[in-house]
Amino acid sequence: MADRVREPYAAPGQQREAAMMGMYIFLASETMLFSGLFLVALHLRLEHAPEVVAASRQMHYFIGAANTALLLTSSLLVALAVEAAREGRARPAVLATAILLGLGFLALKAVEYRMEYAEGILPLPGAVTEFSSPARHAFMNLYLIATALHAVHLSIGLGLLATLAVRLLRGTLPLPERSIVMVNAGLYWHLVDVIWIFLYPVFYLAR
Amino acid sequence: MTLQERPDRENLADTGLSETPAERVSYLRAGHTLKSWLLTTDHKRIAILYLISITFFFFVGGAAAALVRLDLLTPAGDLLSNEGYNRAFTLHGVIMVWFFLIPSIPNTFGNFLLPLMIGARDLAFPRLNLLSWYIFMLAGLLTLAVLILGGVDTGWTFYTPLSSMFAHGQVVLAATAVFVAGFSSILTGLNFIVTVHKLRCPGMTWGRLPLFVWSIYATSLILVLATPVLSITLALIAAERLFGLGVFDPAVGGDPLLYQHLFWFYSHPAVYIMVLPALGVVSELVAAAARKPIFGYAFVAGSSMAIAVLGFFVWGHHMFVSGQSMYASAVFSFLSIAVAIPSGVKVYNWTATLYKGHISLDPPFLFAMAFIGLFVVGGLTGLILAMLAVDVHVHDTYFVVAHFHYIMVGGAVSAFFGALHFWWPKMFGRRYSLVWGRLSALLIFLGFNLTFFPQFLLGYLGMPRRYHVYPPEFQVLHVLSSAGAGILGLAYLMPFAYLFYALRYGPPAGDNPWGVTGLEWQTRSPPPKHNFDAVPVVDGPPYDYHVEMEGDEDG
Amino acid sequence: MSDFIALWPGAASAYSREVDLLIGAFTVLIVALSAPVFILIVVFATKYRRGKPANRRHAPDRNVWLEVSWTLVPFLLLIGFYIWSTHLFAGLYHPPAEALEIDVIAKQWMWKFRHPEGQGEINELHVPAGEPVRLVMASQDVVHSLFVPALRLKQDVVPGRYTSMWFTADTPGTYRLACAEFCGADHSVMGGSVVVMEPADYARWLEETGTDRTLAAEGAVLFRQRGCSGCHDPASTVHAPDLAGLYMRPVPLESGGTVIADAQYLRDSILLPQAQIAAGYPPIMPTFANVLDEEEVLKLVAYIQSLKGGKERQ
Repeated sequence: MADRVREPYAAPGQQREAAMMGMYIFLASETMLFSGLFLVALHLRLEHAPEVVAASRQMHYFIGAANTALLLTSSLLVALAVEAAREGRARPAVLATAILLGLGFLALKAVEYRMEYAEGILPLPGAVTEFSSPARHAFMNLYLIATALHAVHLSIGLGLLATLAVRLLRGTLPLPERSIVMVNAGLYWHLVDVIWIFLYPVFYLAR
Repeated sequence: MTLQERPDRENLADTGLSETPAERVSYLRAGHTLKSWLLTTDHKRIAILYLISITFFFFVGGAAAALVRLDLLTPAGDLLSNEGYNRAFTLHGVIMVWFFLIPSIPNTFGNFLLPLMIGARDLAFPRLNLLSWYIFMLAGLLTLAVLILGGVDTGWTFYTPLSSMFAHGQVVLAATAVFVAGFSSILTGLNFIVTVHKLRCPGMTWGRLPLFVWSIYATSLILVLATPVLSITLALIAAERLFGLGVFDPAVGGDPLLYQHLFWFYSHPAVYIMVLPALGVVSELVAAAARKPIFGYAFVAGSSMAIAVLGFFVWGHHMFVSGQSMYASAVFSFLSIAVAIPSGVKVYNWTATLYKGHISLDPPFLFAMAFIGLFVVGGLTGLILAMLAVDVHVHDTYFVVAHFHYIMVGGAVSAFFGALHFWWPKMFGRRYSLVWGRLSALLIFLGFNLTFFPQFLLGYLGMPRRYHVYPPEFQVLHVLSSAGAGILGLAYLMPFAYLFYALRYGPPAGDNPWGVTGLEWQTRSPPPKHNFDAVPVVDGPPYDYHVEMEGDEDG
Repeated sequence: MSDFIALWPGAASAYSREVDLLIGAFTVLIVALSAPVFILIVVFATKYRRGKPANRRHAPDRNVWLEVSWTLVPFLLLIGFYIWSTHLFAGLYHPPAEALEIDVIAKQWMWKFRHPEGQGEINELHVPAGEPVRLVMASQDVVHSLFVPALRLKQDVVPGRYTSMWFTADTPGTYRLACAEFCGADHSVMGGSVVVMEPADYARWLEETGTDRTLAAEGAVLFRQRGCSGCHDPASTVHAPDLAGLYMRPVPLESGGTVIADAQYLRDSILLPQAQIAAGYPPIMPTFANVLDEEEVLKLVAYIQSLKGGKERQ
């Protein structure tokens, strides 16, 4: 089977290790991407502490908390599906539930954006906004950029998981030989989760 | 992998290896259609694709430089308007940095040589490798679109608030191009790191890696960890310009200096992305020139890693006069001096390598010597810039311009040409004219010095960089510099003539025309598609030349 | 210096001559560090040229002590110069208290200077010789950088904050002044000159230039026009801090901690009033970021600085 050992490799174990290492390096790179945003957030917080605290108090932290719960649960489900795949069992239903939770996150996020838009604090282009201080404006700018970028990552993760769920259903992913594909998609999903775990306190609980 | 696990010859099919007779002869014969090139996953063919694309960008960027130098012949700048001049030097910077220098050695020679040097059949992720070339080309097309749509006038540094609120050009498009190119860098770096970790042939321990591999490895770490910070920073600039989502905008309490910190956190390490592979190339060339083991292998390999790591902590030296805290400046000045030490170690070790060697003066080695000379001047003037009190005066003047051109053009480009001359016979199986090679090395060295040495004087005299109109008393030095640029431009064109001539009419090179060590020389020229007929086994240190030394006269 | 080709810039202060000495001495050091490389490469390439007979026995391929020494010795030498240059640099951050303070506004593409008595000039700066001068600089748009080669000094001017630079010019004459940070289309013509004059000439120049009002007096007018006095006047019913004698006094903050009410603090309090609220006052002041330009802010700051002796008035 061509899928088993590809050209530059001599043994399946070697190929698996390489794929895993590649994923970890990619995640390190992603982490650096978001760390730039966190640095900006830190700077804003240090320079304009009272306004940032005030802005953070206005956030719908319960929606953020619900979203955190959704993502953590979906990460757990993905981890279970990955473990099963390693042992050779396909669990498309578990994966599908994880995807639903991810979609739930996006839906809640959309609701939250809508509420903020109605309150006039979401600085979308063309939106009518009213901020109590300039620094709060900057805070909301950063909030919108960071959460939108996170949502993009989340959508990519959903795409990955959906593809895998379909492959599991159709049985086109030989397990456990190619479980590395599941492992890597799972790692990516966990990173999306971890980034949210940092975004949540930075924007909602920074008081 | 231990020696026992090594696949034996009869079982090659098991390792996924299937070659047609043509592929067995040479990777160049593995197909002659355009499709066989554009859909290849062979690291050697992808290297050639990169070679062609970056050569193209080198000449686009060079044309912009020619405009700039022509315009500076007169103090009033009669050729271009102020705006036009700004667009020319911005384009020169953007193209040369992201579309020539950063991909130059890693993506061509790194791609071609890394698997060959460690005895692998390809990079760890061949399809990803092709994908990163396509991403690179997409970024390149975006840059050309910027050029056609009127250019951009912020300087390659995209300083805010100029870039986000005041500039007129295609800032967002240019930032997007650099953003996209960043993905290509990240994927390439990732591929190299995994390859070095996982695909070394039996016996190729870390202590036996060729120094070029060490430097590519160090470069890849920077590519993977620094590039995303640039990506997010440019994304923030684009968000501010497109959607008004300002985070650096002083009107909402943002800080333009924060942008500079983020930008230089990438862009200083980026200098090492450009020069570390060059240092690796020169280590190879010096050892080959002297036919001796490199002096102090561990120090030279370690210094690459030291430069890569320290390079992450010196970005603040671009901001000594920006208004950052005095203490920050003092720390960054100290670290900048510290990072010069490993570079100095390399230079001293190369010199010591030549001692009692068998020194050849063939073109690759002349390029290496030119590199060392120019790199030493560039490095030491970098130390001058690291001195706080002096930097206050020469910051943002032609002194800085001269300094980084000595490192990047004198250094990285000389090494690029050195590599091209050294590995050309391996890549294409043909020899070129050594006489022309020596001549072009000499001309590049002279033309370069004539172009950039006067700029040190200009800088100390107080000529700021990015100036279209300048005081008449600087004209003589500017004319000298432009004259040098003319020579340099011609000298850069020369190799393309005789190297292309050699492609068709050059005599066959043989497997090892320079008589040097290294796994890449133990296979055919050009190598077969799968690099080696059988996976090689290494049982000695690199640069193992001592056999050669027997039979010398006592003198 | 010949007219045909300049090789060394003129120097107009003791500091600039010290920088020249530093770079001269440092150049000697780097020549000493690099000469062996250049000489030995040529010597080795000649002596050990391939095919040429020479003694090549016992060619070393490592020598840890040698390597450690050429790592450490240059480093230690460099440390000496590091201390020298950092010491010089630190001096730039400590202006003498009695320095003559001149305000600078940078905008695309001109330099505006205001002397303490209100005399304004554009792209030309007159300063007295032998007296310390401190420039307090703000930018109206993008990042600029004030560069005076003859003083070996340069300082970026960043929107959203004050930066400053000080010098004591000692040689009367006219020197070039330039913008060193790329600032857009006409960056290269955003220049002018610094005219260093004997103190008596400077005094005469100030007199001749004349002005209607001092900076502080203009600030006083603005203070009423923009409605600041409505709250900050001691007679006002609104509970707002009295500004008399505030300058350079410590201010306890609502959020805890204390700041010194320097020019930067005054400026921030006008433009970003919510950032640092004085203890005991409600955060009711609106921002003036969109109302005032940099020049007006400078005038207001100058006015507040001029309000001395608040204590007596109470």
